[in-house]
Amino acid sequence: MTKPFPNQTDAYDVVVIGGGVVGCAMVRRFTLEGARVLLLEKSPDILSGASKGNSAILHTGFDAPRGSLELQCMKDGYREYLDIHQKMSLPLLKTGAMVVAWNEDDLQKLEGIVRQAHDNGVADVKLMDRHRVRTLEPSLALNALGAVEVPGEYLIDPWSAPLGYLLQALMHGAQVRFNSEVNGGRFEGEAWSLDTTSGVVRGKTIINCAGLFGDLLEQKLLGESSFSIHPRKGQFVVFDKAASRYLTHIVLPVPNERTKGIVLTKTVYGNLLVGPTAEEQEDRIHAGLDSEILGQLVDAAVERIPALLGMPVTATYAALRPASDKKEYRVRRVEGQNWITVGGIRSTGLTAALGIAKHVFSIYQSRHLPIAATSLQWPSLPNLAEHLPRDYQRPGYGEIICHCEMVTLREIENALSSVLPPGDLGGLKRRTRVCMGRCQGFYCGARVAELSAGHLAIPLATGVCHESH
Amino acid sequence: MNPIEIENVDVAIIGGGPSGLSAAIELRKLGVDKVVVIEREPEAGGIPRHCGHPPFGFWEYGRIYTGPDYAKRNVEEALKAGVDIRVKHSVTRLGRGGRVEVVSPEKGLIIQANRVLIATGARETPRSARLVGGDRPLGVINTGAFQSYLYLEHLKPFDRPLIVGTELVSLSSIMSCRRAGIKPVAMIETNNRATARWPLSLFPRLCGIPTHYGAQLLEIHGIGRVEGASVRLVDGHIKEFDCDGVLLTGCFIPESSLVRLSDLTLDLKSGGPEIDQYGRCSDPVYFAAGNLLRPVETAGWSFREGRRIATMIAFDLHGRLPAAERTVEIICKGELKLCVPQRLSLSSVVGMKHLQMRVSRAAKGRLVVRADGEELWSRPSSSLPERRILIPIASLNVPKGVQQLEVDFVGQ
Repeated sequence: MTKPFPNQTDAYDVVVIGGGVVGCAMVRRFTLEGARVLLLEKSPDILSGASKGNSAILHTGFDAPRGSLELQCMKDGYREYLDIHQKMSLPLLKTGAMVVAWNEDDLQKLEGIVRQAHDNGVADVKLMDRHRVRTLEPSLALNALGAVEVPGEYLIDPWSAPLGYLLQALMHGAQVRFNSEVNGGRFEGEAWSLDTTSGVVRGKTIINCAGLFGDLLEQKLLGESSFSIHPRKGQFVVFDKAASRYLTHIVLPVPNERTKGIVLTKTVYGNLLVGPTAEEQEDRIHAGLDSEILGQLVDAAVERIPALLGMPVTATYAALRPASDKKEYRVRRVEGQNWITVGGIRSTGLTAALGIAKHVFSIYQSRHLPIAATSLQWPSLPNLAEHLPRDYQRPGYGEIICHCEMVTLREIENALSSVLPPGDLGGLKRRTRVCMGRCQGFYCGARVAELSAGHLAIPLATGVCHESH
Repeated sequence: MNPIEIENVDVAIIGGGPSGLSAAIELRKLGVDKVVVIEREPEAGGIPRHCGHPPFGFWEYGRIYTGPDYAKRNVEEALKAGVDIRVKHSVTRLGRGGRVEVVSPEKGLIIQANRVLIATGARETPRSARLVGGDRPLGVINTGAFQSYLYLEHLKPFDRPLIVGTELVSLSSIMSCRRAGIKPVAMIETNNRATARWPLSLFPRLCGIPTHYGAQLLEIHGIGRVEGASVRLVDGHIKEFDCDGVLLTGCFIPESSLVRLSDLTLDLKSGGPEIDQYGRCSDPVYFAAGNLLRPVETAGWSFREGRRIATMIAFDLHGRLPAAERTVEIICKGELKLCVPQRLSLSSVVGMKHLQMRVSRAAKGRLVVRADGEELWSRPSSSLPERRILIPIASLNVPKGVQQLEVDFVGQ
């Protein structure tokens, strides 16, 4: 939604730069606490950078570094998600996770993992022997020698959640501008004046949630950056829905020095996911797929779940994590400049976002005292999760457009006419799951092109053709 | 929620393409009373609906139609025969014993059928399942989507695509491009020769489209829309194509999603349900026909197959098919990548006339059928991928007590 800018001279209390999951949670927290907030996003839609691809897990923080800000934010974020998800009709699939030992080396490490989990306050984490693993997950390969059970690890909808955070903020008066890249700006004593591709924006405090570009933004606006981003690419393979019957828990790897290992998990959409890889790269824009590595991911999945042999691949994707030169989250306030940086938020960002927002607000609050909203409004997100009733199960849906994901005409029309409509095809897919199934648009692609014409920044069609048969 | 309505029918047919409709027509002709075709699209007709080119229907109707006209004719014939076609109805589950769960825009219902024919057809392998590398921009689509863009929506998905594949469908996409004013930059094929038969394989060159054999699509480039593609040519050299789309043609796979989610046995080789020569699945209430069985045949073949399986279903409704218990399994060896049917019921009742096979790569030699190591049948043969290979079932005298037949391609 791009509302006209109210008054050029009237500065926002807070301008959040970057509409990823952290930015959306940030806008929500500050708005609910009473601040006048603007979100600037350079793309035509939210979640266009690192947040568009992750493994969609709500983590307990059982394996986060002890005493870290990351752990604190994950625990706070986890708790808040559990508190609010039903109010926004956001799904939660309580699968639990297993950290599976695939060899003797892994097995040696399990006790340490349990110890750390207990130190981190995740008390229900415990060891499981191979028989119990076998009973709970009979499809796993026989070399699953044992595991650590983490009952509190759950699956969520990684795109509807941040969309919900931002929608709630909009209900409480926040504003958002898309296609607005920040190119420069100055701190003028009281407020920042930002030069963006959609004009000048004034904000008393700037919160840098620019993810993969957070360090560059600091360089541009502060003259130097306190950290540097080293993009880490993760490639994923999504198997057909038929594969999800072979797994109940999230299967996490035992981390070791050589490799991070891969995760096998269902998704709330009813697929089975394998990934991610962890590949360092310089490029901050292209998250390229590599056929050979995708093939290795398929093989790795089959090795761990032999029944996946011959299972069709539904989708492949890659995303970049904004890793920094240090493992710790890079959250800092720049004294005298009303600037807060939130950087280096990697894979745990989806879980931690709400907690990070709370933490950043506490930093901010020490200087400012806005008045919090007294009665909260809650958006209701359309459900895309398979374990809950979907739109096609409710009469009057018009037509099923995407047969693989059972996406209805009503859902697509609602998304296109919503308060925060999709800015591009990716956004439409994330809001509805259209074209995200096994045929990847073979059946519905053209229909989606027709329905979305005039709504998206880059239309699906390049032109019309008047050919008749 | 309201109690779910249950509707009883004689035969439920899932999919209103050529095989489903021809089966429905035949069943009505054979006197089966309640025949329902469940079609998820707003119109029945199947894939020919968006193949805006001839030749369709010569075998069936003695004249040549375009795809959409052929689809219309099939629908008309079905309606005339008294078939109940339910469009915008989607099957969500194939339950045991013919309990088919369906949703429609108005309501959900259960169709309880005496027999079910699954005729959900085939589709092309998308970019993801091909594990193609590079970026994921707009403009990477299959021929099915491409033809829907042109013929159903009158839209162009790109102006200068790179075409991947040289199957029959790839050549028809060139015709579609020409008519829409789309100019393909090149056509590439992994194998060392075209998959489609000569002289059709000359067509791209006649249209002035450079064709590269032994060429592998490595990466697609572009952030918004496709900006280019890298291809490894036969000499190892990597060529960058300046294109605004990638058309991934062919590599058909059965649309067997419903089968995969059901209790029916799936044949990993064909990608479709496992059947006997009567088209009967592992749950004998379910039958299957058409391109769901194997990739991929013409509309005409699918039409005939649907009709033949329909006669089997009518037989079965009258108790005239043998019980499904005593079957011989067929094992593919050598270059043979699939065989349909996958098992034979030992009975004199004639079903499908042939074992249908495909090779995984070009092969030349003798096609041999063995039972317990003894040669039952053989014939010199040579074949290429995606070409139909047939063995007449009547020519196989399966000795008593045999559990398995081996079909092998013995090279020269």
